[in-house]
Amino acid sequence: MLDTYRCDDGPFQLCSPDGSLRRDDLAFDLTEEFLARVYRLLLYNRKIDRRAINLQRQGRLGTYAPCQGQEACQIGLVEALEDDDPLFPTYRETAALITRGVPLEKIYQYWSGDERGSRWSRDLNVYPISVPVGSQGLHGVGASFALEYQGETQLSVVFLGDGATSEGDMLEAMNFAGVWETPVLFFCQNNQWAISVPREKQTASETLARKAEAFGFEGVRVDGNDPLATYQLIRDLRSHCLEKSEPVFVEALTYRLGDHTTSDDADRYRSADELEEWRKKDPIHRTKKLLQSEFGWDDRRDEELDDKLERRIDDAVDDFENLPDQDPASMFDYLYETRPSVLDDQYETLRDEVNDE
Amino acid sequence: MSEPETMASALNRAHFEIMEASDEVVVYGEDVAANGGVFRITEGLLEEFGEQRVLDTPLAEAGIVGTAVGMASFGLQPIVEVQFSGFIYPAMDQIVSHLSRMRNRSRGNYTCPVVIRAPYTGGIKAPEHHSESPEAMFCHVPGIKVVTPASPSDARNLLHAAVEDPDPVLFLEPKEIYRSVKESLPESPESIKLGDARRVRGGDDLTIVSWGAMLRMVDRFLKEEAPDLSVDLIDLRTLDPLDRNTVVESVKETGRALVVQEAPRTCGLASEVVSLINEKAFLNLEAPVNRVTGFDTVMPLAKMEDLYRPGPVRLRNAIEETLEF
Repeated sequence: MLDTYRCDDGPFQLCSPDGSLRRDDLAFDLTEEFLARVYRLLLYNRKIDRRAINLQRQGRLGTYAPCQGQEACQIGLVEALEDDDPLFPTYRETAALITRGVPLEKIYQYWSGDERGSRWSRDLNVYPISVPVGSQGLHGVGASFALEYQGETQLSVVFLGDGATSEGDMLEAMNFAGVWETPVLFFCQNNQWAISVPREKQTASETLARKAEAFGFEGVRVDGNDPLATYQLIRDLRSHCLEKSEPVFVEALTYRLGDHTTSDDADRYRSADELEEWRKKDPIHRTKKLLQSEFGWDDRRDEELDDKLERRIDDAVDDFENLPDQDPASMFDYLYETRPSVLDDQYETLRDEVNDE
Repeated sequence: MSEPETMASALNRAHFEIMEASDEVVVYGEDVAANGGVFRITEGLLEEFGEQRVLDTPLAEAGIVGTAVGMASFGLQPIVEVQFSGFIYPAMDQIVSHLSRMRNRSRGNYTCPVVIRAPYTGGIKAPEHHSESPEAMFCHVPGIKVVTPASPSDARNLLHAAVEDPDPVLFLEPKEIYRSVKESLPESPESIKLGDARRVRGGDDLTIVSWGAMLRMVDRFLKEEAPDLSVDLIDLRTLDPLDRNTVVESVKETGRALVVQEAPRTCGLASEVVSLINEKAFLNLEAPVNRVTGFDTVMPLAKMEDLYRPGPVRLRNAIEETLEF
């Protein structure tokens, strides 16, 4: 089955940057409903990202890691998964989290510096965001072991970037997954830059996908700005991994259109020309073209959608900004199931300091 | 009561009891399955419980601890072995950044009931990196408990308590006394709580606080070389969280205290115990609280190991200093 995707002449693609469709390779029923949903999610996440940056500039959010440019592969991925496939995200997976159903107010709350923003329903099957690069791959592998042990058939999905392929823990994760033969999808968004370090300085490996070979499983490449290609690929890989009980590595070629975070200035290290080249490959542009050519999408529907999505974001901002503050003592409440008595003095000190204010 | 058995045997027995009691417990690490562990602590588990529950892993400590974070978050209770505490550092990021924080990060949504076992301390003339005492590094990390037994029965009971604990526990095994102390064990393990120290002997001249292999050294010294001295000897057993009450109440009675650790002196756990006593029992003190420790040096190799480790000479001098102040 993987033969379709194991192409030497470049990453798998269904929809080119100009919006034309490679019909011969399309292996699912492309409906207007599906494509419109993908388009709506693309727009929604682009707006979520822009709003986050604005809120940060106004001092209403803390540091934020923009996700713009990478939405297509995250949306295509999550659309192709089942809802009980656990996700192990890093900090640039807003579109994936939103597509899975993590409430937007939680995401803004997290980036505002509030721990409660990392607690959402366990039914969403999304592990908390992991910040140290490449360190959470092992958690996904451990989870896949536990799920298989318990007789479940779910695919654990580990997110990583080009930089994380250099981290020892991620290589150990791939090695364990290969040895244990558990269903794990290593979903690598190669967005070309690890803050200021370009892909070619990250590894001498010809592709990132090839790294999988050393661990005994397949690595394939996909155009990460093509939501349809990502969707179809992941849908097929999911069946493959679960049937064979084995891991797989996907390198999604994409681009971080924004800065690394709101504290970064990408103009310092990458050229305007490069940025311009990638803007031409923007997933929103090609998806809209396809909607127009296949289903006669009417531009007026964009305005409607704009209003609706902006209002939804307004509501989420209201929701998170109107939440009561955390109880300061909550910093002691989740260290252990029961607070050890050795912490009583410190707990009281904090209580007194808060009361004195 | 069984025939007297060693700490190694008691730990092995505890593994059988724990795995028998719960299917959610899995045991893995380097050389723990077919070989039964380099110290034979996991011997026989593979044969009894099968390769799905007892696994030899790739040689990768971060991988061992990191996968345990994921397993525990998804319903299993891993007991993992790091072959020597000197090789735990590749896993430090997983311990500090994830294992100890997952409950806090997720506000209680995901928890990590993981036990990491690691042999530690010197005394067996091993090569470099096989003999250090790094307990304080882990006591400094919020969210993980640190335990070390000093007797076969405590080893068995503390391992049970560590597995039953809903949070991660680093279980440090003083390898010098794996086989040097024997004790008869009752048929069933006794329930003890993490965080409770043990009074090894009562006395009113002086309080001595210690743990692990050093506790045995102190106990032997008192028996053999200072039988007339009345010492309140406390085995901390749980290094974090500390049993503050037992230590403070003892010092309030004796007025003199000594803390004995094998680890280097600066920023060791002994310093924390000294601070505790200063804060809570200062007015009861007849002498400055004293420390007997290793040196702030790299742990020497086998030939000079005994010169580094606290022994009867360093202990006797400190006791005299504290009593004669």
